[in-house]
Amino acid sequence: MSSAELNDDVAAWTESSLAVEGRVLEVVTAPASVLSTVGADVDPTAPEIVQLAADLVATMRVSPGCVGLAAPQVGESVKVFCVDVSEHPKTRDHHGTFVLCNAEVVESSRNEKAREGCMSVPDFTGDVKRATRVVVRGQLPGTGETVTLRANAFEARALQHEIDHCDGLLFLDRAAGAHAIHARKTYL
Amino acid sequence: MGAVTLHAITVLGHDRPGIIAETTAILGGLGLNLEDSSMTLLRGHFAMTLISAGDADVDTVEAALASLASGGDLTVSVRELPVERVADLAGTSWVLSVHGGDRPGIVSSVVSRVAEVGGNITDLTTRLAGDLYVLVAEVDLPKDVDSDALLVSLRETAAELGVGVSLHEVEADEL
Repeated sequence: MSSAELNDDVAAWTESSLAVEGRVLEVVTAPASVLSTVGADVDPTAPEIVQLAADLVATMRVSPGCVGLAAPQVGESVKVFCVDVSEHPKTRDHHGTFVLCNAEVVESSRNEKAREGCMSVPDFTGDVKRATRVVVRGQLPGTGETVTLRANAFEARALQHEIDHCDGLLFLDRAAGAHAIHARKTYL
Repeated sequence: MGAVTLHAITVLGHDRPGIIAETTAILGGLGLNLEDSSMTLLRGHFAMTLISAGDADVDTVEAALASLASGGDLTVSVRELPVERVADLAGTSWVLSVHGGDRPGIVSSVVSRVAEVGGNITDLTTRLAGDLYVLVAEVDLPKDVDSDALLVSLRETAAELGVGVSLHEVEADEL
């Protein structure tokens, strides 16, 4: 996939456009009920959503190995998440750091199984089959601009994982089989 | 080939390197073939079940494996199994996931809903870490079972238990 397929508006986005200081929030872990609750749609221009977007990025930044964080993981049952897979070895093309509100997968193809971990399920990892190519539509916080982006490989997986969080789903809900959930052996 | 005897052999106890190597070397020495096996650690304890085929009798297999149990920290059992063909169920395959706060009765309540509709669990793992209890089961459902209705009944049970439940059909990608 050529970088020409990246969405320039998303790739150019940084949290500085939010113009608020992000706070590091506590990450909640399963079995917290907020993680199994479908998040509410949000107004991406609302000040509290702009603040939440900044907080999610700040919390992701201080968490080792974290490539994405969704609002339910910090106790907010709304459809907002951030992603940044730029430092991950499995990444191919990527859009850097960005936050999406009310995001949904509108196209997906080429399923692959891979092992996932999650800050909200710290003691397990799981084999999950997900699309390696997706088209995701959502809104940028602050401006509220609707964006559609194509993602592949690890960024596609991260997006689906975070969108699942916003829908009240954990990777545990997508386990590929009875032997797909593993005790975590290494912690980042 | 003459009549073949099947044995179910279980080895349980304190984990250490080499248990599988010793067990299978003994069985190989008796000319037994391993037809199926499953081994895992359950709360850190070694747990293995083997189905072997061969013409040794139970007493011979038991005697040969006695050295494994002589240390006192492993329990070995050997049982003869009837040779039977498992009927292929014309049905659909599903993965059932349940997770939530640990409490008594999660497994029994959930699998009862599956049993009520004639669903057969073909594989099951449960895990506990901290307060988080996770169950993942593979389930065969008879053709005439309404999976949507089963999911509704599973959700009712899950709500009573305060846990979440998911049911996904297994998709095999033919390559």
